[in-house]
Amino acid sequence: MNQLDFPILSLMIGLPLAGALLCLIWPGQSEAKAQKARVLALGTTLLTFLLGIGLWLTYEIGGPQWQFVESYPVFGRFAWALGIDGISLMLIMLSVFLMPICILASWKSIQTRVPEYMAAFLLMESLMIGVFTAQDLFLFYIFFEAGLIPMYLIIGIWGGAERIYASYKFFLYTLLGSVLMLIAMLWMVQQAGTSDIPTLMAYDFPANAQTWLWLAFFASFAVKMPMWPVHTWLPDAHVQAPTAGSVILAGVLLKMGGYGFIRFSLPMFPEASADLVWIVFGLSMVAVVYTSLVALVQQDMKKLIAYSSVAHMAFVTIGLFAFNRQGIEGAMIVMLSHGLVSAALFLCVGVIYDRLHTREIDRYGGLSDNMPKYAILFMLFTMASVGLPGTSGFVGEFLALVGAYEANSWVAFVATTGIILGAAYMLYLYWRICYGTLEKEDVKAMPDLSMREMATLAPIAAVVLWMGVYPESFLAPIRDDVGVLLERIERANPPGDAQLIMGEGLPAEAEHGGSESHEAEGAH
Amino acid sequence: MTMLESLLVVLPELILTLGATDLLLVAAFSNKPDLGRRVSIYAVLMLIACGLALLGPAGNGGAVFGGLYYADAFSTFSKVLIYASAAIAILMAPRFFDRRGEMRPEYPILILLSALGMGFMVSSGDLMMLYIGLEMQSLAAYVLASFMRQDTRSAEAGLKYFVLGALASGILLYGVSLIYGFTGTTSYQGIGAAMASGLSMGELFGLVFVLAGLAFKISAVPFHMWTPDVYEGAPTPVTAFFATAPKIAAVALAIRVMFDALAPATDAWQQIVIFVALASIALGAVAAIGQSNVKRLLAYSSINNIGFALIGIAAGTQAGVAATLSYMAIYVVMTLGSFLCVLQMRDAQGRPVEDIASLAGLSKSQPALAAAFAIFMFSLAGIPPLLGFWGKFLVFDAAVAAGLFPLAVIGIALSVIGAYYYLRIIKTIYFDDAAAPYAPANSVVENGLIAVTAATVSPLGYLLVPFLALTAGNAAQALF
Repeated sequence: MNQLDFPILSLMIGLPLAGALLCLIWPGQSEAKAQKARVLALGTTLLTFLLGIGLWLTYEIGGPQWQFVESYPVFGRFAWALGIDGISLMLIMLSVFLMPICILASWKSIQTRVPEYMAAFLLMESLMIGVFTAQDLFLFYIFFEAGLIPMYLIIGIWGGAERIYASYKFFLYTLLGSVLMLIAMLWMVQQAGTSDIPTLMAYDFPANAQTWLWLAFFASFAVKMPMWPVHTWLPDAHVQAPTAGSVILAGVLLKMGGYGFIRFSLPMFPEASADLVWIVFGLSMVAVVYTSLVALVQQDMKKLIAYSSVAHMAFVTIGLFAFNRQGIEGAMIVMLSHGLVSAALFLCVGVIYDRLHTREIDRYGGLSDNMPKYAILFMLFTMASVGLPGTSGFVGEFLALVGAYEANSWVAFVATTGIILGAAYMLYLYWRICYGTLEKEDVKAMPDLSMREMATLAPIAAVVLWMGVYPESFLAPIRDDVGVLLERIERANPPGDAQLIMGEGLPAEAEHGGSESHEAEGAH
Repeated sequence: MTMLESLLVVLPELILTLGATDLLLVAAFSNKPDLGRRVSIYAVLMLIACGLALLGPAGNGGAVFGGLYYADAFSTFSKVLIYASAAIAILMAPRFFDRRGEMRPEYPILILLSALGMGFMVSSGDLMMLYIGLEMQSLAAYVLASFMRQDTRSAEAGLKYFVLGALASGILLYGVSLIYGFTGTTSYQGIGAAMASGLSMGELFGLVFVLAGLAFKISAVPFHMWTPDVYEGAPTPVTAFFATAPKIAAVALAIRVMFDALAPATDAWQQIVIFVALASIALGAVAAIGQSNVKRLLAYSSINNIGFALIGIAAGTQAGVAATLSYMAIYVVMTLGSFLCVLQMRDAQGRPVEDIASLAGLSKSQPALAAAFAIFMFSLAGIPPLLGFWGKFLVFDAAVAAGLFPLAVIGIALSVIGAYYYLRIIKTIYFDDAAAPYAPANSVVENGLIAVTAATVSPLGYLLVPFLALTAGNAAQALF
C-alpha cells in the first residue's frame, strides 16, 4: 500500500472528523462541555499534526511521484483515491501546523457554542487535508466545495457585526466560481474516460477545448485565490470572521487556489495556460499595485492585512505562470510563507482585539512600551511580510520575481513595486500600532502576551525564520515534482522577452563570461 | 399469457384496489376508537405488500393486456419510490391531524387510491391508460388538498387545484385526441411507429398539448401557478405527499411518453424541455427569494428541482433518463425530510407555524432538529458532500455528454441563485437571535424518519450511489 503499511491519509482525514462528531455528542453541562470540546479539539489537531510530521519524515524525497497512495472504488462513478506528492505534502503540513494554533487562539475569545465551533474547525481540517490529497477529480471537487459549509457557519455564527452579509458573499462568490469548474470536469472525464488526477495530468486535451476548460478552472481558482477583480469577498470575510477563521482562511483556504493552478490548470492545459498567460499577468499586476495602494489607506487592521493577502497571492500567480523553475518554486514558497505570516499577523491582530475590542488602527499606539514581547513578534512578522532577507517572505518573493523576470521583465518591474508598496503599508501599520507615545489610558492597561498567546505565535516565528534561513528543507520535497511539471509544460512555454545572447568570448581579461544584452521589448 | 398470469403482473394495483375499497367499507361501518390510526397502519402494510409484490412478475412481467400496461424495471423503480413516499406521507400525518380531531380514515385511503392511479401512470403503455391513471391520481389529490374542509386555506387550495387541474386535463385530452386523430392509434408503440416516417403538423400540435398537460402535473414553468397556493393551503402532510409521489409519477409518465411514444420526435420536444427546464430553474430560484412562508418556499423549491430533473430528460439519452430517475429518488428523500422538519414547527400550544422567521435560533433550542434542517437545505442547494449534489452532478453529466453545453452552463449558474434562499433558512436557524421556542419534537416515528432521511442525504448516502446507479440504469435501459 505505502511505506507505512496503513492508510495514513484516510486516517488524517478521518481523525478530525471523528473529533468533530465527539465534540458535538459528548454529554455534559454547557461550561464543562465547552472545556471538554476545547481539549478534545486541541488533542485531535495535535495528533493530526503528529501524523503530519510522520508523513513528512517518511515521505521519500526522490522516490515515486505519488506516495502513500490508496484507492477504494466505493462510490461507483468516482473513487476514494488519495495520494500525495511533495507539493501536497507541504500544503498539508501547513494546514495541520496551523490548526492547533487556531484552536489555541480561540481558547478564550470564543465563549458561545464552543462545541459547535470546535466541530466546525475540525471538519474544516479534514476537508482541507482532503483537498490536498484527493487523487480523483470528483473527490477533489467534493472536498473543495464542502469547505464552504463550515466556513459559512464559522463566519456567520461567530463573526462580527456584518457577519451575515460577509458569509453570504463568501459562500455565493466561491460557489459561482466553482460550478463552472464542475461542468469542465464533467467534460474532461468524458473525454479522457477517467477521473484519476495523475492520468488526467498526462492527458493531452485538444487545444481549442483547453481554452474553455482553462477558463472554467480559472473562474474557480481566481475567486478562491483571490485575484483582482474577484477579490472583494475576501476583505469582508476576513474582517467579519473570528480570528481563527481569518487564520485558516488566509493560511490555507487561499492556497487551494494556488494548488489548483499547480495541480490542474498548468499540467492539464499547458497550451491554454501559455495562450492566456496575459490574463494572469495582467490581473496580477493590477492586483499587486492596486490592492497595495488600497491597503495603504485602510483604517481597519484586518482589512489592511486582507488586502495585503491579495497582493501577495498575486506574486503566487505571477510565479506560477512564469513557466520556469524559479517562478514555480518561488510561488510555492510564497504560498507557504504567506500562509504562516498572514496567519501570524491575524493572530497578532486578534491578540490586541481581545484586549480592546476594536480593530481600528487609530485606537492603538505606543504598544512597544507596554507590550514588548508582542512588539518584537509583530515586528518579525511585519518584516517577513515585507520580505526582509532572513525571513520566509524574502525567499519566496525573490524566487518568484527572478522567475517573472525571465518570463517578462515588465511584469517583474511592476511586481517589484509591490514589494516597495508592501513595505510602505506594513511599516506604516507597525508604526501606528507599536510606536508613538503611549497616551491612551485603555491602551496603557493592556497586558503583554500570555503564555497561551506566546504558544500560538512562537512556533510560527520559528518556522518563518527556518524557512528564511534554510529554505532547502521546504524546497527539497517539491523539487522533483516541479521538475515533472516543468517537463510537462515545457512544450508550451511562451518565449520570454529577455533574450540572452552569448557574447563573443574575449581573450584573457574577460574571463567572467560573456556580455549580456537585452533586446528591445517585443523583439520576439 | 393466461389471464391469471396477467393478473399477477398487475398484483400491486389489485392489492391497492381491493385494499382501498375494503378499508373504505371498514371506515364507513366501524365505530372503533382511533380508527384513523388503525386504517393508517393497514394502509402502510398494504403499500409494503405492493412493494414486495414488485419482486415477482409485477416487477418484470413485460407488456400485458395487449400492451396497455407495462411491468418493467422502469415502472418498478418509479413504483418503489411512489409507494415509499406514500407510506411516509401516511406515517407523518396522525399527529398533525390529531390536534383538530381530523385524523379521519379517509386520509390514508385517499393516498392509497392516489398511489393506485400513479401505478397506472408509470406502467401505462397507451394514452387511454395514461389518462385513467392521471385522473385517478388527480381526483384523490383534489380531495386531499381540501382535507381540512373547515380551514378556508385548505378549501381554497382544493378548489384551485381542481379547477386548474381540470383545465390541464382538458389540454392533455385535446393533445391526446389530436395525436390519435393523426396517427390512428393510442398505443405508445403504434404512435412511435406512425411518427417514425416524419412528424405532421397535427402530430406536432398534439405533442405540444400533451407536453403542456404533463408540465402542469409536474408543475414546470409556465404551468406552475397552482403550486405555491396549493402547497401553502393544503395540510402539511398532504403537501409533503404532493411534492413527492405525484411528482415522481408525472416525471416517469413524461419520460415514458417522450421516449416510448414520441421517440421519433425527439428533436421537437427537446427544445420544449430545454426551455421548460431553464425557465423552471430560474423562476423557482428567483421567486423563492421573497417568500416568508416555509411551505411556499418549498413549493418554489420543488419547481426549481423539477427544472434540474428535466435537464436529464432534455439530454434525450439513456444516461439522461437514468440521471433524472436518480435525481428524483434523491429529491424525494430530501423533500420528505424537509417536510418532516416543517411538521416539527409548532408553537408552545402545538399549533403549526409556517413562518420562516419563527425558525430563528432553532439551533440553540433544538440543535438536532436544526442540524437536520440544515442538512436538507444544503442538500437541496446541491452543495457537496451532501447527496443533493449527486443528483445535480448526474443530470449535468448527462447534459454535457449530450453536448448541451449552454443548457449545462446556464442551469448550473442559476443553481447558485437557488442556493441563496436555502442559505437564508440556514441563516435564520443558525445566525439569528432566538425567537419563541417550538414545542418539543417528541414523536418517535417522525424523529426516526428525520434521522433516516438525514443519514441518507448525509455523505454516508454516497455509499448508496453504486446501487442507485445500477437500478436507475436498469430502469432507463428498459425504455431503450
